[in-house]
Amino acid sequence: MSETPLIELRGIERHFGSVIALAGVTVSIMPGECHCLLGDNGAGKSTFIKTMSGVYKPTRGEIFVEGKPVLFESPREAMAYGIATVYQDLAMIPLMSVTRNFWMGREPKKRFGPFSFFDFEKADRVAMEAMRSMGIQLREPSQAVGTLSGGERQTVAISRAVHFGAKVLILDEPTSALGVRQTSQVLATIDRVRKSGVGVVFITHNVRHAMAVGDRFTVLNRGKTLGTAKRGEISTEELQDLMAGGADLAELEGSLGGTV
Amino acid sequence: MGDASPTPQPAQAGQAVARDERVKDISRLRKMMIRPELGAITGTILVFVYFFLVASDTGMFGPEGIMNWSTVSAQFMILAVGACLLMIAGEFDLSIGSMIGFSGIIIALLSVSMGWPVWAAIIAAFVLSLMIGAANGYLVIKTGLPSFIVTLASLYILRGLTIFISITTTRKTIIGGVKEAAAGDWLAPVFGGKILTGLFSWLADVGVIAKFTAGTRAGQPVIDGVPMLMVWAIGLVIFGHILLTRTQFGNWIFAAGGDAQAARYVGVPVARVKILMFVFTAFTATVFATCQVMEFGSAAADRGLLKEFEAIISVVIGGALLTGGYGSVIGAALGALIFGVVQQGLFFAGVESSLFRVFLGVILLLAVVLNTYIRRLITGER
Repeated sequence: MSETPLIELRGIERHFGSVIALAGVTVSIMPGECHCLLGDNGAGKSTFIKTMSGVYKPTRGEIFVEGKPVLFESPREAMAYGIATVYQDLAMIPLMSVTRNFWMGREPKKRFGPFSFFDFEKADRVAMEAMRSMGIQLREPSQAVGTLSGGERQTVAISRAVHFGAKVLILDEPTSALGVRQTSQVLATIDRVRKSGVGVVFITHNVRHAMAVGDRFTVLNRGKTLGTAKRGEISTEELQDLMAGGADLAELEGSLGGTV
Repeated sequence: MGDASPTPQPAQAGQAVARDERVKDISRLRKMMIRPELGAITGTILVFVYFFLVASDTGMFGPEGIMNWSTVSAQFMILAVGACLLMIAGEFDLSIGSMIGFSGIIIALLSVSMGWPVWAAIIAAFVLSLMIGAANGYLVIKTGLPSFIVTLASLYILRGLTIFISITTTRKTIIGGVKEAAAGDWLAPVFGGKILTGLFSWLADVGVIAKFTAGTRAGQPVIDGVPMLMVWAIGLVIFGHILLTRTQFGNWIFAAGGDAQAARYVGVPVARVKILMFVFTAFTATVFATCQVMEFGSAAADRGLLKEFEAIISVVIGGALLTGGYGSVIGAALGALIFGVVQQGLFFAGVESSLFRVFLGVILLLAVVLNTYIRRLITGER
C-alpha cells in the first residue's frame, strides 16, 4: 500500500487537567484496510477515537486527512471530511423504524407546493437496498429497530454511515455486547465495508475478534501506541500480552491454565 | 492462550442473508397490535357500543346530544394534540391549565378593561403565551431538569400571576363583557363563530333536525352550525398527524424523544425541536382559551384547572409512551373523544357523576399497562 493514508494522526497527546489520557499516539488508516485498535480498559481508546472524530481537540500532535493537515472543530466537521463514528449503544433508536433511523437527520424530502414531506418511497427503497448490500434481509422497512438483533442494529448503523459517504468508519467496540453468531455477522459487515474501499477503525479489547478481520493492529497501552503490526507478523498471544502489559498476564495465564 | 472458544470467522454472505429460523413471521394481528392507536380504537368502539346500549333513548345520539359530547371532546382534542407531540418529543407541560386561565384573562383585560380592539388582545395573548412556552422549553433544555418539575413551577407561577393581575387591575377574578367588545371584530369569529350555518338551517327546513318551538329563538334550528372550536380541533389533529408522520420535522420529534443523544450524534437539532414543541403546546392552550372566552363572553382566572392532566390522560389513552419517542396524534384525538363521550354520556345515562373520575383512573391504568406491553412487543425488552 503506497497510497496516502485516508487519515493519519501523529504524536497525538490529550491532557485532561493533570491527567495525561493520551501521551503520543501515532496511527494511520489506509483505504480498504481494517485497522484494529486494541487496548485494555483505561488504555485511552475512547479518548483517542473521540479525538479522531472531532469530539476532543488534541493537546499536541497533528491530524492529516488525505495528506492535508486539518483541525476538527466539531464532530460535524469531522463528518464532513468523511470520518464517521458508530457508537456501540447510541447508534439506533429502538422504537423507530429502520427507515426512520437510517435517514435520521438527513431525511429525503419531496415538495408539494410550499410544503415539503418526508419522501418515504425513496427512503424505504434506499434503506432496503443498503441493508441488502450488507447481507441483511429485512422483513419490511417499517420494522422497528428494536425488533432487530444487536448485530443487525450495528449493521444498520454501519450501512447508514457508509451510505452517507464515510471514508473512514470508526467502530467503537461493535462486538463487545454480542454473542458468537451476531459477532460473526458484524465481522462479515466489516469485511464488506473494507472491500468497498472504506478504511475501518475497529476498536476492541477482544484479540480474537481483531484477528478475524484485521489487516493491521495497533495496541494502545497507558495512553501510548506500542507500534503497529501487519497481519501475519504477530500472533494472538503476542497481541494479548502487549495489551495487558506483558508480565502480569503471563503469570495469570499460568494459574488459569491458559484459558484467558 | 487456549482454544476454549473458537475464533469467530466472518460469516459467509449467504449465511448472513439466510433467515433466522427462530424468527417467526409476524402475524397480521401482531402487526396491528404494535400500532399506537390500537388501544384507543378499541376503546372508542367499546365506549360507543356501551352508550348505545344504555343511553340511546336519552337523546345522547340526537342532534343536540351529539353536539354536546362532541363539543366537550373537541376541547380535549385541541389540548391533546399539543400534549401528544410534546410527549413524543420526550417532555411534559403541566402549565397548560394555568396558560388557559392566563390567556383568557389577558384577552378580557386588554379588550374590556383597557379598551383594546379584541383582535389586538387575542394576538397579544398568543404572543405572550408562546413566549412563556418558549421560556418553559428553554429552561428545561438549559437546566437539564425534568420538564415535570420545571413546568410544575410554571403551573403555580402562572396561576398565581393570573389571579394577581386580575385582582389588582379589576378587583375581580372574573371579567365579563367580552362578547359586547367582540361585536364586529374580524378575528373573534375565527374562535367564537360557527360555520355551515346555511347547511344547518336547510337541514332544519327539510326536517332532519328540529327547530325551537318556543322562547326567543323559536323557529331557529336547535343546531345552527359547527362551532369554530370543532374546526380548530379537527384542523389541529390533521396538522399534527401530518407533521408527525409525513415530514422531516416529525422524524426529529420521534428522534428527540426516543434517544436525544443518539439524535444529536446524527445532527438532529434536539433543543430546537423540544422548544418548538413547548411553543406549540402553548399555542393549543391559547386556542382553547380564546374559543372559551369568545363562547362564554367572559374570562376567569381559575379557568383551565386540571386541564394539563386531562390532556396527558387523553394522550396516554391514545397510546403514547410517557417516556417519549412513541405515540400517535390520531390516537390522542380518539383518547380525547373517549374522554368527552364518557364524561357527557354518564350524565345522559343518569349515572352519579363522581363515578366519572373512578372510570378515568381505571382506564388510565389500563392504558398505561397496555402501552407498556406494546412497547415490549416492539423493542423486544423483557
